Amino acid sequence: MASVKPKIDINQDYDKLYGFHVPEKAFFKAEPGLDEDQVKQISAMKQEPKWMLDLRLRGYRHFVNKPMPQWANTELLNSIHFDDIYYYLKPTEKQGSSWEDVPVEIKETFDRLGIPEAERKFLAGVSAQYESESVYHSMHEDLQRQGVIFLDMDTGLKERPDIIQRYFGSIIPPADNKFAALNTAVWSGGSFIYVPKGVRVEMPLQAYFRINAKNMGQFERTLIIADEGAEVTYFEGCTAPSYSSDSLHCAVVELIALNHAKIRYVTIQNWSKNVYNLVTKRAVAHEGATVQWLDGNLGSRLTMKYPGVYLMGPGAHGEVLSVAFAGDGQHQDAGAKMVHAASDTSSVITSKSISKGTGRTSYRGLVKVYPGAVNAKSTVRCDALLLNPESRSDTYPTMEIDEKRVQIGHEATVSKIGDEQLFYAMSRGLTDQEAMNMIVNGFIEPFVKELPLEYAVELNRLVQLEMEGAVG
Amino acid sequence: MTIQSAIQPSLLEVENLHVAVDGKEILKGLTLSLGCGEVHAIMGPNGSGKSTLSLCLMGHPKYTITQGRILYKGQDIQQLAVNERAAAGIFLAFQYPTAIPGVTIVNFLRSALRGVRGTDVPIKEFRQTVKTHLKTLGIADSFMNRYVNDGFSGGEKKRLEILQMAVLAPALAVLDETDSGLDIDALKTVAAGINAQRSSQRGILLITHYQRLLNYVIPDRVHVMVDGCVVRSAGPELAHELEAKGYEGLRPHTQTLCV
Repeated sequence: MASVKPKIDINQDYDKLYGFHVPEKAFFKAEPGLDEDQVKQISAMKQEPKWMLDLRLRGYRHFVNKPMPQWANTELLNSIHFDDIYYYLKPTEKQGSSWEDVPVEIKETFDRLGIPEAERKFLAGVSAQYESESVYHSMHEDLQRQGVIFLDMDTGLKERPDIIQRYFGSIIPPADNKFAALNTAVWSGGSFIYVPKGVRVEMPLQAYFRINAKNMGQFERTLIIADEGAEVTYFEGCTAPSYSSDSLHCAVVELIALNHAKIRYVTIQNWSKNVYNLVTKRAVAHEGATVQWLDGNLGSRLTMKYPGVYLMGPGAHGEVLSVAFAGDGQHQDAGAKMVHAASDTSSVITSKSISKGTGRTSYRGLVKVYPGAVNAKSTVRCDALLLNPESRSDTYPTMEIDEKRVQIGHEATVSKIGDEQLFYAMSRGLTDQEAMNMIVNGFIEPFVKELPLEYAVELNRLVQLEMEGAVG
Repeated sequence: MTIQSAIQPSLLEVENLHVAVDGKEILKGLTLSLGCGEVHAIMGPNGSGKSTLSLCLMGHPKYTITQGRILYKGQDIQQLAVNERAAAGIFLAFQYPTAIPGVTIVNFLRSALRGVRGTDVPIKEFRQTVKTHLKTLGIADSFMNRYVNDGFSGGEKKRLEILQMAVLAPALAVLDETDSGLDIDALKTVAAGINAQRSSQRGILLITHYQRLLNYVIPDRVHVMVDGCVVRSAGPELAHELEAKGYEGLRPHTQTLCV
């Protein structure tokens, strides 16, 4: 009767896989805390044009003057010690274009995270950011020949100030919100991508963001422009060491899809649980263009992120497909924003959230249809899965529809992992843990099947990691 | 019962089983014996405890054994977890199979087979096994890529249960109202699937409300359950008698037979 039960390979935890840190390395490290001189110092070190310094200073003033948001999770937000954060840390003197040029301990970190391996296998270009700066950058030569630009934002500003001055902050202005203002003031790194007319980038471009130092703030700034008929998929991943003190990540991402362009932006956010992840992401889709945000949030203490698409031209299409996983002590406040400002525009929001233990997920969404946006269509679907009795999920959907000839749908479900589902799977020989994993993986399947295979495998693995100990 | 079972321990011995759900006693001293290679039918009116018996055999946490025991291959299984019972060779075809959205049948079955066997099954062998059974049950290959019971018709659900039984090849299969909700064609297919699984290596317990399934799957024994006990056991002819007379005629015996 003795039965050998299968073990699934989830015994390695976050700390071992991602939560490690190596000795801190700094070519330059600013003092903790932030004031106007610090902002000036960052800009001077980067030898920026004056208009950028002015923009930074505007951002700084808005950051100081704007009150902390009074929603999402005020308790956690108010516990951020902004004076203890390091706002700028330059790890190396210059960026490498081959991994050999990257300092050995930094290279080893990215090796452990599997970045060079992924690059060899299926990526068209890679940017690796460590603390505040991009330490490695590469892109396939044929993309260069086609005129594709893929640079870190700092280099982008040096090489293509014309494009950057035109679009930087055009979708997310300095005054947009407190954290976007902070990013504008102290931004460093991030990606700048321009895909020329009609060019289709078949393989994804990837950026990986790594925080290593304690009390670090990372403020990357990303701008992607797909010119008419162009197509690009961009993937970003992120991890950090597990520290007892807090780190801060405030990114700003702006996407511009010109007529009939397609941009697909994939995020697997896997910060350690001491990171506050307060990110502003927004896109503009012009006539016939499509923007898709695939947003996976697994890590961080608190995430506030609501990727949006402004549908500005007729026939534009926007999608947000997101998965949030909140374990003990985590709060994932995520959602989406779709603004229909032209006729025949369509949007789809699919939000899947899982709360485990004392984890908390919130869906916060806005669908807005302006007068005259006739035949606008929008579908919103939010599904929440609660694994334990103390788990929590909330839904805050907002609809502002100022046009009559539209089709808008909203559907929300909250379910608990059913005893009957568990019993059924276990009656087929699965352990309780395997059964739970299977049910959860099934729940997020609509998200996973949209991902390129490599990321789907990675995401399933991460979810398994998070699921460890889910069975009480 | 049979000569064989007199020598070897029975596959399943249920002895004076009392089972309670939420403090309410449902089974009240049920005794039953099933030998390897045998097919027994358990019939009874609604609320007689048939499903309680099946779920209790599988180890559903809601059902508490308050008295008596269940011996499987001579061993008391009360302490075995649900998946351990599956690995030991016990299978339950559910009356109401549960949907698991997003999980394909092919993945589910492969995990199940690995769980039951305790080792990975080579993909080639797995495919071959599944293919054979799909054919017997008249199921298209594309069925395997659907999500487990998600949006299934009654007939599809029951077919999937029989497919799982066929692939997992249990020693003891308990089929809980596998005939309910089936039209006559589906019933015939499912019955053929069950008959294909009859073997000297396997005992099958058919729990059914109606006699009609027993026209296609002829049992070795028929037991009648009323109010948590077996009140009468006989050969397959008992099913026909029940069809003619109904369960009412059996109720007077209840008092005397139940402990």
